[in-house]
Amino acid sequence: MKLYDSIELAGRNLRESVLRNSLTTLGISVGVASLVAMLSLGIGLQQLASRRLQRSGLFDSIVVTSRRDLRNFNRDQEESGPAPEQSPDLNETARLKIASLPGVVEAYPDLRFITELRFDDKPHLSMVAGMPMSNKDSDSFEGMQGRFFSAGDAHEVILQKGFAAELLGKSTRNPDEIKVGDVAQPLLGKQLVMRYAERQSNGEDAESFSVISHELPLTIVGVTDLDPDSMRGSARARLFIPQNLIEGMHPMQAYDMRESNSATSRDALYATVIARISGAGKVDTVEQAIKKLGFNTFSILDATKSMRRFFAILDLFLGIFGSLALTVASIGIVNTLVMAILERRREIGIMKAVGASDSDVKGLFFAEAGAMGLLGGIAGTVLGWIIGRAINFGTNIYMRRQGFPPEDIWSVPVWLVAGAIGFAFLVSLVSGLYPASRAAKLDPVQALRYE
Amino acid sequence: MGSATIRAVDGVSLEIHAGDFVALLGASGSGKSSLLNLLAGLDSPTSGSVVVNGNYLGGLSRNELAAYRRHTVGMVFQSFNLIPSMTVIENVELPLRFAEVDRAKRGALAASALEKVGLSARLEHRPIELSGGEQQRVALARALINGPNILLADEPTGNLDSRTGTEVMDLVRQLNEAMQMTVVLVTHEHDLAEKYADRLISMADGKVIADQWNPSRAAAGAQS
Repeated sequence: MKLYDSIELAGRNLRESVLRNSLTTLGISVGVASLVAMLSLGIGLQQLASRRLQRSGLFDSIVVTSRRDLRNFNRDQEESGPAPEQSPDLNETARLKIASLPGVVEAYPDLRFITELRFDDKPHLSMVAGMPMSNKDSDSFEGMQGRFFSAGDAHEVILQKGFAAELLGKSTRNPDEIKVGDVAQPLLGKQLVMRYAERQSNGEDAESFSVISHELPLTIVGVTDLDPDSMRGSARARLFIPQNLIEGMHPMQAYDMRESNSATSRDALYATVIARISGAGKVDTVEQAIKKLGFNTFSILDATKSMRRFFAILDLFLGIFGSLALTVASIGIVNTLVMAILERRREIGIMKAVGASDSDVKGLFFAEAGAMGLLGGIAGTVLGWIIGRAINFGTNIYMRRQGFPPEDIWSVPVWLVAGAIGFAFLVSLVSGLYPASRAAKLDPVQALRYE
Repeated sequence: MGSATIRAVDGVSLEIHAGDFVALLGASGSGKSSLLNLLAGLDSPTSGSVVVNGNYLGGLSRNELAAYRRHTVGMVFQSFNLIPSMTVIENVELPLRFAEVDRAKRGALAASALEKVGLSARLEHRPIELSGGEQQRVALARALINGPNILLADEPTGNLDSRTGTEVMDLVRQLNEAMQMTVVLVTHEHDLAEKYADRLISMADGKVIADQWNPSRAAAGAQS
């Protein structure tokens, strides 16, 4: 019998006992729905986590320090490679070299200094740090009021909310109680005067440099709730100004005194350079390349590796739980088809008497099982998607109540849809295996004998 | 069933010639239906052999037996054995599906087969909407759709009144004569056998007890 005929006859048979077959199909769709729901939750959570980590900038950044610098993140690194005294300087030349490595998007010096800021004619002392324009998309500024810098060298400043509260004369003892919106409104657009010390070379005299005092008016454009103690490169700074602005200021750095020899040269010296990598996957290679240049490096790559392993295991378990329901449903298929054999005993006998071969009968039952699986798979995927949307909706309501921004914890990729339907189809065919061979082996003489 | 072996057909040896109309007579349990199933390739003998058109049925695979049932023999039953969920024309078309006949040709073939049995007006009816005689004529059309050489009829009039029984049997006789089709008729009605069959084979307890040419048919044949 041709495939089309098998499918047509199977469709007719399914319609004959529509209630029973619908219930079986419903069972499959519930099984598929639970599988889809479980897996899309796992995938969604994984995507949420990696999205967060990607935006945090922690996992695609490498912190580069000089071996000469005593402030190392990892003392072990000093055991290998050249001795600190013979290591190269982490200067502008080195920064350009790092920036030109394949996979590096940008490499910028981590510039920061403590200085006096005047607001309302009152002096305040705080750490100022440079912030590259690329940080605009980082989720560090998710809760920011106002806007990001208009240009890389704009005379603008973004305040940490604690410092903003200090400017307004509010208590800063409990940072959690400070609402960004409350402190931002009176400050946005106001002027702040930053006093800073510029390091200037004394002409040909390389042995010394002058320090010139400057005053620079800055416009407050944003207030952020960025945690000053976070692990970001700009940690502990409470004011951020554009990276290009701070680089052009040649501010006096803490290490200038210690490294006075090199500091006076035209090639600026940096304590820390942050290299941003085009993807988390390339961090390892780039890190090795930077180490070869003779610098110390630090990244949090290993954390992503264990995270990926965790999610692989989570997905596996969610998949197993989801599959359990499908297994139950597949037993339903076996049951329905075995019942159908009993019911259609005579019909099978007639078919054999008029010339149906074993494979014709088998094909017919396979087609019925496959049709139930396919329909159940499609319905189940839709059902799973609806369940997912509902849970996502509910979770977001809860998150919003708890004061978190809504997130997509649910993801149903195309491969999951195709995979779930295909899997349901496959499982149903396997379920049809036994009933089909049983029907094919039915003795037509026996089948036709009884009325 | 049970532990005792029942010899439904026991030591039967007979030869049926192409184009013959043979009646297998006997009381119920005499083994006539079992013999018919052997001829149909639905059952296989524990010993001995069935040879049709020079082919040993015992040597055929299950698939070849299915093909044999599909193309060489056609069957009609006492209880018609139509599939109730299918319309008349779909029932007649069913063997064509198994024979993998082109979809486009099936409708016309089935319709013409039904025309031969005089049921052109009932194509889209369900079997249950037809009378017994009509149902048996549908079964006959189905048996003949693939053009077999042999028609095996198991008590075809058993569920019919005498008038419609006669109608069906007239049709069978017509096919036998017009198309030189071999007919094996299983019946317990002596009168019916004598009226239509050329050869009467009587069975009891699985054995052939009488095998003779039908004297009344011979006479009828001489008259015509």
